[in-house]
Amino acid sequence: MFGLESKDGKLLLLVAALALLAPVILNPFPEGSAMSQFNAGYPDLMQRFVIFGILAIGFNILFGLTGYLSFGHAAFLGVGSYAAIWSMKLVTMNIIPSIIFAVIVAGVFSLVVGYISLRRSGIYFSILTLAFAQMSYSLAYSVLTPITGGETGLQIKSTDTPLLDKALEAGEIGRANLFGYGMGSSYQLELAGWQFTFNLGYYVAAVVMLISFYFAIRIFRSPFGMMLRAVKSNQQRMNYAGLSPKPYTLAAFVISGMYAGLAGGLLVAMDTQVGPERMFWTASGEIVIMVILGGAGTLLGPVLGAGFIKYFENIISKINESILQGWFAFLPDGLQDFMVAVVYPFIGKGWHLTLGIMFMLVVIFLPGGLIQGGQKIGSWLRRKKNVVAKDSTTKPAE
Amino acid sequence: MSNSRFSRRGVLKTGFLASAGLALPTYLRAQEAGFTNAPGPNHVTLGFSVPLTGAYADEGADELRALQLAVEHLNGQGDGGMLNTFSSKALDGTGILGREVRYVSGDDQTKSDVARATAQSMIQKDGAIMITGGSSSGTAVAVQALCQEVGIVFMAGLTHANDTTGKDRKANGFRHFFNSYMSGAALAPILAAQYGKDRKAYHLTADYNWGYTTEEAIRSSTEAMGWETVNTVLTPLTQTDFSSYIAPVLNSGADILVLNHYGGNMVNSLTNAVQFGLRDAQANGKNFEIVVPLYSELMARGAGANIAGILGSQNWDWKLEDQLGSKYSGTNAFVQSFGAKYGFPPSQAAHTCYVQTLLYADAVTRAGSFAPCAVDEALADFEFDGMGNGPTLYRSADHQCFKDVIVVRGKENPENEFDLVEIVEVTPVDQVTYDPEHPQFAGGALGNCNNGA
Amino acid sequence: MDQIIVQVLNGLDKGSAYALIALGLTLIFGTLGVVNFAHGALFMLGSFCAVTFSRLLSFSHEVIDETRTDFLGNPLKVQVPYIQDWLGPDLAASIIQWSVPLSILFAIPVMITIGLIIERGLIKHFYKRPHADQILVTFGLAIVLQEIIKYFFGANPIQTPAPPAFNGSLDFGIWLGFDPVTIMYPYWRMIYFFFSVVIIAGVFAFLQFTTFGMVVRAGMADRETVGLLGIDIDKRFTFMFGLAAAVAGIAGVMYAPIVAPNYHMGMDFLVLSFVVVVVGGMGSLPGAVAAGFLLGILESFASMPMIVQSFPGINQIIIYLVAIIILLTRPRGLMGRKGVMEE
Repeated sequence: MFGLESKDGKLLLLVAALALLAPVILNPFPEGSAMSQFNAGYPDLMQRFVIFGILAIGFNILFGLTGYLSFGHAAFLGVGSYAAIWSMKLVTMNIIPSIIFAVIVAGVFSLVVGYISLRRSGIYFSILTLAFAQMSYSLAYSVLTPITGGETGLQIKSTDTPLLDKALEAGEIGRANLFGYGMGSSYQLELAGWQFTFNLGYYVAAVVMLISFYFAIRIFRSPFGMMLRAVKSNQQRMNYAGLSPKPYTLAAFVISGMYAGLAGGLLVAMDTQVGPERMFWTASGEIVIMVILGGAGTLLGPVLGAGFIKYFENIISKINESILQGWFAFLPDGLQDFMVAVVYPFIGKGWHLTLGIMFMLVVIFLPGGLIQGGQKIGSWLRRKKNVVAKDSTTKPAE
Repeated sequence: MSNSRFSRRGVLKTGFLASAGLALPTYLRAQEAGFTNAPGPNHVTLGFSVPLTGAYADEGADELRALQLAVEHLNGQGDGGMLNTFSSKALDGTGILGREVRYVSGDDQTKSDVARATAQSMIQKDGAIMITGGSSSGTAVAVQALCQEVGIVFMAGLTHANDTTGKDRKANGFRHFFNSYMSGAALAPILAAQYGKDRKAYHLTADYNWGYTTEEAIRSSTEAMGWETVNTVLTPLTQTDFSSYIAPVLNSGADILVLNHYGGNMVNSLTNAVQFGLRDAQANGKNFEIVVPLYSELMARGAGANIAGILGSQNWDWKLEDQLGSKYSGTNAFVQSFGAKYGFPPSQAAHTCYVQTLLYADAVTRAGSFAPCAVDEALADFEFDGMGNGPTLYRSADHQCFKDVIVVRGKENPENEFDLVEIVEVTPVDQVTYDPEHPQFAGGALGNCNNGA
Repeated sequence: MDQIIVQVLNGLDKGSAYALIALGLTLIFGTLGVVNFAHGALFMLGSFCAVTFSRLLSFSHEVIDETRTDFLGNPLKVQVPYIQDWLGPDLAASIIQWSVPLSILFAIPVMITIGLIIERGLIKHFYKRPHADQILVTFGLAIVLQEIIKYFFGANPIQTPAPPAFNGSLDFGIWLGFDPVTIMYPYWRMIYFFFSVVIIAGVFAFLQFTTFGMVVRAGMADRETVGLLGIDIDKRFTFMFGLAAAVAGIAGVMYAPIVAPNYHMGMDFLVLSFVVVVVGGMGSLPGAVAAGFLLGILESFASMPMIVQSFPGINQIIIYLVAIIILLTRPRGLMGRKGVMEE
């Protein structure tokens, strides 16, 4: 299908199904129930899941295939975002031009950074990319304030007049749209106690994610992908074979930079705001963590990792003491206080602690990332099934 | 999709939790009510987005304490706090418009992107009708813009930059806290009285929006009364050791150092300045002095003994009513209920969040509706008293509160870790009032109020 | 001229902090081959050793003073340190004031213990894993460590002053023939500089002139051969991790009076210290020290008013700019060894 092997085709179909049904799958708990705290099926978070998924897929093309660890990928995300919002402010609120513009600008920027940084390898390469990203962040936060909005970032204002758009009523704010359909428009479905929100913005982002995922599969399976793997496994041998690794790595770098720019543009399309923090080194580190946590070099892993981290950031941090009290309300008083006291350090303002512990656990016990965890469970289940099957076949003989 | 693992695990759990669920379908469709997140008949949800991690986590924690207290008081629990002293008597401790007040809290990490995401989740997932909290102007401006877009009311927490009600003002956003301009206007006459009109100032300014507006405000108001600005140097936000910025000050010909820094920046730059002996130095035949335009209790605690004798401005202080009388009524009521619950006095960040929540609830009650445009109308040029700041005006032209500004000085011998500053003087509201189109605030437009949906 | 001397002093002072952290990082990397993202957190723990020690010294019991009231009108509870009961107010006060230098004695065993626990309990299992895994697990550890500190000490910086004897500044300029008060430098910062020089010299001497150090250096160069000689190199490397943790720890202790400790100071230093190490060249101890001082001095120069005003933003990016220039002109930093972390 689409030039994919059947295994990859199945994977793509699986991802597509999950992405399309996400508003339902992610809201497993009825509205108003105690567990609804864990629902993640609201538009903003779902958009972030897929957008950061795109970012991680792109990063994985560079890191997973060539082994080059860029520590500055957040800069491309940021540059893409700034490009997108300026396109909205000046040209049109339609998201298509702004996303294309974001990809182009991020691509050019990553070409420059990649050309310079790829002169070195290993940790020297990592530090070069980090240095570029930190410079971008620092300048965006301070001296470039007229262009970037500095600390407060950029938002669409009622005073913005995009060139191609119809003038709005005085005092109205332009909205990001796809040929007139607003990214914020949603359809809400209520089923018994459940509530599902189907948001246009999310589906736009999800479709873009699926396309990006498809391209990533094609790259992984192409001769170009083989070349990139060769860069990782043995550059020297590649040199001896008369092949220069540089053009291949640079191409991979620019492609992953464009993926980051695409993610940046989509972020702006979904939520018309850019803040400089998205270029800080912790943001770059977060991308690395997403990919390694999910499983570097695998197709699905990075997306899993992205979802994992964004879920923690948005869900665990919102659990507060009074919610805890509610959860343990069925316990006797003393025990309730005890349970609240035990769990409290790990939620709300302690969500970083939980995240740190999760990192360590995953890295220690699942060297291949979350995807390996999934495989382990899968093979364990299969083995169990086999055992049962064997039992049932042997029994009659006895 | 990325989240299959959660959902799969989730589905397993749903089984035995289903009994606990299926409680109440809370949503009214927005379109029917005519505004976003219209609350159901039983309860209403407020969103408290405060920093829980990062450098301002303690400030965020204090804001959250005050916000929880506000919810208690609105629901008629506790001693009622400022509800007893508030000049408007619309609130009676039965929630807001008869609905029980609930809240959700989240971590804005003092990053504008994250603050948006947190606010979005409160709006989309929890159905919050109003967002408050925050400890920086960056997050305030970002969340205010979001609230304007989706049609939610934003009651800003601690945000001091002029931009929040200046070039980035929004019809759905309201600020009770004071701003850079007010700090400058309040400090200038007192600085002149304390240190003389013939002074040369050296500014160290944090290199981001708040730093710029504060430097501009302090410069223009001190220059207007005769001070000379010798030099201004921008310092990176991420700086921790300010020695290389402090060292040149003493030989620059200046005799005043103005630290336009907040939070950790201020704690470190002030500590460094004291280490370099600026407090004991003489310049131009005068004692060298340091000024910190925006003070906060937590910064004072972080800077410890170094703040002794240093002037700055505050929005509010918990000793206000005790020391300056009943004009500032409400202060003691709030301090009493906060102190009784948590064991220490509240910070100004806590105060402003508490007041904002009460003001919102009151506006809704007087308007008889949760619709943002109704709140907007109810708060337009609303005059109130009994909230700890004396008579206060919520100006409709820019949604900024106008009230007295407190000038404080670090105590020489603090008795305990909460009593670190003394009130020097209160600059009356007339002296800090400005035109909505003052150059420091120009370039913004409120736009139309937005009911969303 | 005087301003340049002042900034050189500042640079040496900043540089000594950078150099100390980078030294520890390189020790761990050079011996164990582990990229330790928790090293900044160890520095932070060192600072909090100073805080904890001063808290321990002033561990108090409450005495109710009926004559005064607290802010709610209740009788005031006064905290009286036990040490004051035992030693009398004057001696107790001066001991508490000297808590920072004294806490070095507390920090060394604590930090070595923490270092050994981390190495035996966690790092040991990561020697054979890819560097990316090491980075991730130590980064996770750094988050956990700093969140634990945040839980107990809060997020606000905690002022930890130097002993009053070291308050104030030395008029350095007079010695060099300048007018009085042109070049002032705080005593404590000078102490910090000399202290770090001593520590750095000590580490080098230890590696250079002791048998233990010789074996470790041999192990750094060729671990397998040293192992084949029948030497238990692992045990020595474990000790080196403890030593590196102790170096980071006491660097943190002595830094506490300069910048008030807060729970995220380790993360603030993390990126910077990696830049220093890489600019110095992976695996080179002298390189790390040289790069530390070089970047410290350049950072100080870049923050001079004249320079900031002629090149806006230069003080924001100087470190990274220098790093890029050096790495492009010298492929392995100042003194890096070939083939280390280049794959």
